[in-house]
Amino acid sequence: MTSLLASGEALARLRGLPGVDQVGLEQRAAGLATRSIKTTAKAWGIDTAISMVDLTTLEGADTPGKVRSLCVKATRPDTSDPSCPKVAAVCVYPSMVATAADQLAGTGIHLASVATAFPSGQAPMEVKVADTEAAVAAGADEIDMVINRGAFLSGRFDVVFDEIVAVKRACGEAHLKVILETGELATYDNVRTASWLAMYAGADFIKTSTGKVSPAATLPVTLLMLQAVADFRDETGRQVGVKPAGGIRTTKDAMRYLVTVNEVAGPDWLSPDWFRFGASSLLNDLLMQRQKLASGRYSGPDYVTVD
Amino acid sequence: MSDVSVERSAMFEYAPAPESRAIVDIKPSYGLFINGEFVDPAESGGFKSINPATEETLAEIAAGTSADVDIAVAAARRAYDKVWGPMPGSERAKYLYRIARIIAERSRELAVLESIDNGKPIKETRDVDLPLVSAHFFYHAGWADKLDHAGYGDSPRPLGVAGQVIPWNFPLLMLAWKVAPALACGNTVVLKPAETTPLTALAFAEICQQAELPPGVVNIVTGAGDTGASVVSHPGVDKVAFTGSTAVGRQIARAVAGTGKKLTLELGGKAANIVFADAAIDQAVEGIVNGIFFNQGHVCCAGSRLLVQESIADEVLERLKRRMTTLRLGDPLDKNTDIGAINSAEQLSRIRELTAAGDAEGAQPWSPDCQIPDSGFWFAPTIFTGVQQAHRIAREEIFGPVLSILTFRTPDEAIAKANNTPYGLSAGVWTEKGSRILWAAQQLKAGVVWANTFNKFDATSPFGGLKESGYGREGGRHGLEAYLDV
Repeated sequence: MTSLLASGEALARLRGLPGVDQVGLEQRAAGLATRSIKTTAKAWGIDTAISMVDLTTLEGADTPGKVRSLCVKATRPDTSDPSCPKVAAVCVYPSMVATAADQLAGTGIHLASVATAFPSGQAPMEVKVADTEAAVAAGADEIDMVINRGAFLSGRFDVVFDEIVAVKRACGEAHLKVILETGELATYDNVRTASWLAMYAGADFIKTSTGKVSPAATLPVTLLMLQAVADFRDETGRQVGVKPAGGIRTTKDAMRYLVTVNEVAGPDWLSPDWFRFGASSLLNDLLMQRQKLASGRYSGPDYVTVD
Repeated sequence: MSDVSVERSAMFEYAPAPESRAIVDIKPSYGLFINGEFVDPAESGGFKSINPATEETLAEIAAGTSADVDIAVAAARRAYDKVWGPMPGSERAKYLYRIARIIAERSRELAVLESIDNGKPIKETRDVDLPLVSAHFFYHAGWADKLDHAGYGDSPRPLGVAGQVIPWNFPLLMLAWKVAPALACGNTVVLKPAETTPLTALAFAEICQQAELPPGVVNIVTGAGDTGASVVSHPGVDKVAFTGSTAVGRQIARAVAGTGKKLTLELGGKAANIVFADAAIDQAVEGIVNGIFFNQGHVCCAGSRLLVQESIADEVLERLKRRMTTLRLGDPLDKNTDIGAINSAEQLSRIRELTAAGDAEGAQPWSPDCQIPDSGFWFAPTIFTGVQQAHRIAREEIFGPVLSILTFRTPDEAIAKANNTPYGLSAGVWTEKGSRILWAAQQLKAGVVWANTFNKFDATSPFGGLKESGYGREGGRHGLEAYLDV
């Protein structure tokens, strides 16, 4: 794939994107956050949110045992209720992919691996490609890569673009999620530019954060990225997914994100194929709220599993 | 636990999320609030206040006559002479702080009551009206003992009795804009709320009792236009403040001319919301929506004329339409409602008359699909494209959720079109270029110019119009002048 940016056309498009007004964007997000999701809508939202979770463990202390435990949880999140949906995917470091692949075989749950020297991305290009190829070879069908923020912030969009293209090639059939690390991009204008850059370069998903940098996902940033994928589809016909990651811990938060998906990108994105939550503790809160909705009472944290 | 019994919908349809109305206690009938208590009017036979979303009768309201206004003005005069006028500012402040706190504490109740009586969505009464109301009292409470430092000389004197007539679009907020500065400056008031929305003013009367405000400092005389005319033309009134239509404003100006009464008028508008090609388009679209559909467009400073630069007009229009499909019209008490009921049958027919004129003159209307409830007064959010300066819908105030869209090619043309109106209340400018904002703000003949936002209000910021949008300012240090003898 030759660099689109080399032609100058995409670069001109990136430079010509309309600005983002911070106050207005945050006001819109705050407005969407006041939507009140109750009863049937909440039941639908909780199940949909569970089915969109990329259940994640990305710790230096991860062990095969911990990963196996997470995979079992992913398959049957609520041990007391078989009607509870499965999560979308399990997300682990490349060294844990083989373990997870064994455990998830036949479940229909996707296996995502972070790659490209996650979370900083500060490694030579060959290493990033090798990291990706190793994860795919071990059984990952989704790759969460990080962009080269240093190159982006210094204006070398072509470097960022070419890296994404190279990793996409290394992915083969695996889906590519491109992490923008919006907390390091700092401005909403940068988030919009990076979103379009990643989409032009072939991202299947654009993802907010590694979860290792604060702030991680926020509602305004996610709203902006949802606007970007909707606009990108209008312009190119290709639909790209969105994954906020990090900091989304409660059902209430998850409902706000679903409302934002619904009203900004539209119902076409309300499926695990097009929207994911990168989260770990969120799942248990969703399960507790799900139990509460079914039984009318809170059973407490001892009735969901700690993995 | 076995099956999840809660029924699930096939897609993301927001279930009804109504705010409970159990919190409000509406009495079957209300008298007039004069000299600290509710009294029967001189003549029996009043009118009904209805819920515009359901047409259900809410309460019987007394119709004050000139005899009632006489009594109210006399009570206000006594309170001014004996209690409120001589009272040190620091003491007046305590009452105002107390009122502000009670409003904040009772804000949920007042928000629900306002939504029921006015038809506006609960999310607006809860998140906009009520916070602004209590903020307005808090802000002016702070001024009460600092008037020496307001820039009107040492110990500026109050005027006496203020006669105030307010509209139905922001009933309690307009009351706050009128009553708070009047009281802070040492005046007493006789206030006439709008005929269709008296309930929150009557609730405010109860709050005055709860705050133990001395009798006669605030008097509320309900009624229709005649009652208002009695208030403003009463010889015992020293100051007249009116918010409402330009036509009525003219009558008041005539009635008050030569009497020595101080007068402030906040009247109609036909604001231009100007979107330049270099604007942050998504946020500009939000601003357009907020500018015209906030409060069903029942806003004197509404951005009812969109002036969009030709080069981006198609894109803005497409985005605006898409955004409008997400607006939710319906039950004002539902927390997810964006567009509530039109306040009255009379207002609805005025909106219909003007939109029909838009149609007849050749402009093209568009509305998203939206279900209109069976009872009550409703009007779907509507935009007109192909509007020309000469069309009635580009010139007359519709005071409803109806936007007229015009285009321009150059900045000078935008300003010329924006200023080409007898009104001059507000305007909006959308551009990412700071120098253009400053330039446009200088050129626009409007009392308020919003840059990259719209319909933003703050107690510290003076609000008011130019040309036929009235005179005088409300809010901020400037707003104090209207209630001081300077």
